[in-house]
Amino acid sequence: MSAGAQVNSPQMAATDPDQAYVRIAGVTKKFGDFVAVDNVSLDIRRGEIFCLLGGSGSGKTTLLRMLAGFETPTAGTILIDGADMSTTPPYERPVNMMFQSYALFPHMTVEKNVAFGLEQEGVSSADAKRQVAEILDIVKMTGFGARKPHQLSGGQRQRVALARALVKRPKLLLLDEPLAALDKKLREHTQFELLSIQQRLGVTFIVVTHDQEEAMTLGTRLGVMNQGRIVQVGSPSDIYESPANRFVADFIGSVNMFEGQVHRGGSDGVRIDCAELRGTVHADRTVACAEGATVWTAIRPEKITISRHSPVAGAPAENMVRGTVREIAYMGDMSIYLVQIESGKMVRVTLPNIMRGGERPIAREEGVWLSWHGSSPVVLTE
Amino acid sequence: MRSRGWFPRIALVLGLIFLYVPIVSMIVFSFNNSRLVTVWDAANSPTLKWYHILVHNGQILSAAWLSIRIALIAATGAVILGTLAGMALARFAAFRGRMLLAGMTTAPIVMPEVITGLSLLLLFVAMEQLIGWPHGVGAVTITLAHITFCMAYVTVVVQSRLTGFDESLEEAAMDLGARPVKVFFRITLPLILPAIASGWLLAFTLSWDDLVITQFVAGPGSSTLPMVIFSKVRFGVTPDINALATIMVLLVATGIAISTVWMRYREKRRERDAQLAAAANL
Repeated sequence: MSAGAQVNSPQMAATDPDQAYVRIAGVTKKFGDFVAVDNVSLDIRRGEIFCLLGGSGSGKTTLLRMLAGFETPTAGTILIDGADMSTTPPYERPVNMMFQSYALFPHMTVEKNVAFGLEQEGVSSADAKRQVAEILDIVKMTGFGARKPHQLSGGQRQRVALARALVKRPKLLLLDEPLAALDKKLREHTQFELLSIQQRLGVTFIVVTHDQEEAMTLGTRLGVMNQGRIVQVGSPSDIYESPANRFVADFIGSVNMFEGQVHRGGSDGVRIDCAELRGTVHADRTVACAEGATVWTAIRPEKITISRHSPVAGAPAENMVRGTVREIAYMGDMSIYLVQIESGKMVRVTLPNIMRGGERPIAREEGVWLSWHGSSPVVLTE
Repeated sequence: MRSRGWFPRIALVLGLIFLYVPIVSMIVFSFNNSRLVTVWDAANSPTLKWYHILVHNGQILSAAWLSIRIALIAATGAVILGTLAGMALARFAAFRGRMLLAGMTTAPIVMPEVITGLSLLLLFVAMEQLIGWPHGVGAVTITLAHITFCMAYVTVVVQSRLTGFDESLEEAAMDLGARPVKVFFRITLPLILPAIASGWLLAFTLSWDDLVITQFVAGPGSSTLPMVIFSKVRFGVTPDINALATIMVLLVATGIAISTVWMRYREKRRERDAQLAAAANL
């Protein structure tokens, strides 16, 4: 897919794809004593969809507004395509933004809304008309040009807002919670459409969202933010499978976390004694930490196997624990089991419902064994 | 609406009587032939005699013309200054002297008119001594005084409209390449225009019928309509005043009727559009 996106833009071949197209260097933003963005450095590549993911107050929106030019950084610089943007006002930046509220001008028709940006550039009205028709076709809103925003449904408004932000072919498109105002079904559909439009036009996207599912499906790379800092940057699978710390592991998806002490490092990974498990977790990847140090092991619910009988004969081995099923939630495509282990802690396990039919393999209040493979646990030192 | 017994009906009828009987009696007596305001001359009424006399009364006509000119200029001036003050108060969260500005702009609303009038007169006299302008009191000082107190009302109206204004609209325009001045004229101004229009109408009405403040800052030869009416009434009410008042009531009622019909129409259209959009969503 990335090869397909590169073909669209002729300059692409000349530039190194890994070179930063947008460079955020040591950017800090303070509002009085409150530090909204704390020394953030970030490189964004040409043509990618970069998702800034974080809870409310994590500073993601402030960072986006600094890229658009609505806020000035207290410290640090922002470079877009090599040009320093520090003193450039929003109306001179090669950047457009799609607002969370869409911010469509209520007193103008769809056509006038979309043409507004071109009009500011002094594009001739015939040219503007053609470009507006073209972009409305791309977002599948042909035929709605004469309507006013209040005559459109939520999904249609979202498309118009996207068209208005894209019609000037910005170097960088900023999207603030682009799908938050849509209902679930429409949101899924729109996600894929957004992806195909982005690939077709080759514009670099920066998306701000608090919805991890949205970030995972849209983003080629994600940046997880917490308390004004970037906590981790990586591909969706990097972040899901190898979270950098407990915050990321917990924020992205659900996870079972066990505190423990490093028992023995070695060539075949690490062993961690977990009091909560009354046993040992064996992770087959090595981790740089001292013997006896306190660490956390994170195991995703879908990576735990649930069975009536002990998966190994004889004495309990590593990477397994006994428990009792307390709750089963049937979700259609999968079921969530809440299993209370002997120490009293609840462990979350998900199983896909592969077979059709009402019979569940395991019932409530049944004693079970939970086990997992040595590649599943992630060892976190912070 | 469904009736809920005799009490609301009686309240309604009494309310209407209190509000409209004085006006209706005034209108009726404007067609009276008698010189005596309270005696109905059944033999020769109704008649348009007093309307005829009115349109030939130079004093009243010139006063009405002066009042209209002052009200037009004062309302326009008040709208410009009041919009700027309203923007400053709604947009800039904290600046030096914000409280002072907020207090000063709204002071004329709560200040007794006598005090406002007196202080303006003193100001104008002092200004003439210091900088030689304005030359005495007259139409100019009346207009300035009216701008001063009307501005307060415009400020309040515009400020409340801007408080509910989605600022991302302005940011979006700026993001699309419009400079701040252009953003104001293309986005902000059209959207707050209804508030500005109602502020202008309010200011026009206030200026049109102000008497107390005007008395202080008016000079010889600059009598506004309320001043003429008031001075005439002091020497006894003549029926041509009734005729004048009837014309004014008629104009106001027409204006209200037109705006009501127009608002209804807009409301209905908006409802229909919303239904269409909802249907398209399915």
